[in-house]
Amino acid sequence: MATLLRILGWLGASILIVTILESILKTLKNYQIMGSDIITDYGLNIICLMGISISLAVSLQLINGYTGQFSLGHAGFMAIGGYVSAFTTKSLLTGSGDERGFISTLIIYVIALSIGAFASAMAGLLVGIPSLRLKGDYLAIVTLGFGEIIRLVIENIETVGGPRGYIGIPKFPNWQWLSTSAFSGTFSSMSWIFLFAILTVIVVHNIVKSSFGRSLIAIRENEIAAEAMGIDTAFYKVAAFTISAALAGFAGGLYAHLYGQLVPTTFNFVRSVEIIIMIVFGGMGSITGAILGAIVLTGLPEWLRLMAGLKADWMPGWMIKTFTYLPELRMIIYSSLLIITMLVRPQGILGQYEFSLTRFLNRFKTKTESKANSEEKKP
Amino acid sequence: MELFLQQLINGIVQGSIYALIALGYTMVYGVLRLINFAHGDVFMVGAFVGFYVAAAFKISEPSLGALFLVMTSAMFAAAILGILIERFAYRPVRKFSRLTSLITAIGVSLLLEYLAQFFFGATPKSFPTVLEIKNINITSNVTISNDSILIVVVSILLMLMLNVIVFKTKLGKAMRAVSFNLDVAKLMGINTDFVISFTFALGSALAAAAGILYSVHFTKIDPLMGLLTGLKAFVAAVLGGIGNITGAVLGGLLLGIAEIMVSAYISSSYKDVFAFMILILVLIVKPAGLLGSAAQEKV
Repeated sequence: MATLLRILGWLGASILIVTILESILKTLKNYQIMGSDIITDYGLNIICLMGISISLAVSLQLINGYTGQFSLGHAGFMAIGGYVSAFTTKSLLTGSGDERGFISTLIIYVIALSIGAFASAMAGLLVGIPSLRLKGDYLAIVTLGFGEIIRLVIENIETVGGPRGYIGIPKFPNWQWLSTSAFSGTFSSMSWIFLFAILTVIVVHNIVKSSFGRSLIAIRENEIAAEAMGIDTAFYKVAAFTISAALAGFAGGLYAHLYGQLVPTTFNFVRSVEIIIMIVFGGMGSITGAILGAIVLTGLPEWLRLMAGLKADWMPGWMIKTFTYLPELRMIIYSSLLIITMLVRPQGILGQYEFSLTRFLNRFKTKTESKANSEEKKP
Repeated sequence: MELFLQQLINGIVQGSIYALIALGYTMVYGVLRLINFAHGDVFMVGAFVGFYVAAAFKISEPSLGALFLVMTSAMFAAAILGILIERFAYRPVRKFSRLTSLITAIGVSLLLEYLAQFFFGATPKSFPTVLEIKNINITSNVTISNDSILIVVVSILLMLMLNVIVFKTKLGKAMRAVSFNLDVAKLMGINTDFVISFTFALGSALAAAAGILYSVHFTKIDPLMGLLTGLKAFVAAVLGGIGNITGAVLGGLLLGIAEIMVSAYISSSYKDVFAFMILILVLIVKPAGLLGSAAQEKV
């Protein structure tokens, strides 16, 4: 009972935080500083994408970072989740939105996204089974193969649009809970996305800190030793794949309902590699690193676009000309970043460092206080 | 029966190209235990080098001399590219874990693809005709084009040459020694760094040759052509038993034939799915491949 209350408390707090955040961002959109918008629709869109990337990167961290199994098929799980949930909402949500009321719409979305996540989890189970026999680069290749098979099969299903893409997926409803001239409180796609991003972080964090997570880390450090210690490696590896796939499927569902359309080619091998780059860049085996990687690498194209428009008197002509090429160089910069990270710092920017709020707050306390605290904790 | 024969010929042609690329995968895996993801892109670069060499020499008349020029220059350029990739990307990370090398290889692959898109343009280019295409009728319904014959003949010649290099020369012996055990080979006084560079050069040259043959046959080249072809060649290498040269050729031919048969008798849209299915099945049922020997893990 207490656990349930705690979970509900966490959920309530998360909903509150994301709703307020979204409302602040959307209200800021109405204001300008020195003639230029503080935040544009495009900027809000990038922020939504960052949220989805965070969920994807953190969920992939569970397989790649903590269990040490190299998966290259995360985009496939995302595709399954996206397509299945989109199909569900499209079949369930008929008629106009006004007749339905908020609660029933909400329930349909939650059900659809959960079905998508479940389908993706089943695919994860299927992919996890070969991981019992394979390791390292062989496993990477098999997951890559699975990811590509998922995409190619979707391309051959006409009901979901085949290679042309699946269009007309109902977008998230825009629920207004407060409307004044200065401030508008909304709960729409961004709230959904960040709520789920927070939940993913909490779920993965709690898994890693539990005995379950310690078993995963033991498998990463030395599989044979872990087995000798009595860890059921087969079970843990498949479980890690399944949980991670479910989270990725949910994120895929959010992606589908954010844009209202899906194209199979967006879920190709390069997409999986993009997610890998996020966690490799941020640090393998660090949730903080995955979040950092997701934010930096999703924001990178936008930053490059800003750079491209940059002009100042002190800049020589060649510099301005080079800068205009920057948006086209996005993928070249991504891949160079990946190679350079591997050459210079193979463990990623943060390595296995994890940000901790308690530790952060403790820093501001006086020395004697923190000393007393640490002594208190000792049994 | 005639349809089957025709498809068999097409399959062997397709399979020869896969086999040439698969040889590079298998040799690199043999010496470094690394899946060289960038290999498919070396294949693409080879085709583009051929395209630009043909343009630079203003080749307009199809002739065997032109084909020879285009192919040797592409092979030479690709060999240098292979050495550079090994020297600047793979060698520095060799001391880290194998996963680090794998991620670096993926990075190099993407870098080559997007550099090619940036410099050569993303739209497909049509490869100049360096060979006049003639169809030869075997029976009334079975035809074979002269470029198909060329592909098979050149592939066989290159494979024989490779066989001589690997099994009859001192350098080949060194390669086999490195592939057997890198550390012991080093102790025996073999310059392993040189041998590894040479392996990359050899594999890349074969990939470039495959790139030219592919372009002559399919006439269209684009910066992403190496992605799927490279992956399938890798499937071929795994199918035959990775690290095994005969296995790579066998795997390539089998995959090529199987793929053509699937698109002829089932559906062409499922041929890629089929290739990956083969990969997964082989890895689950017999991870060592058809001719490979399973390595025992030492604790």
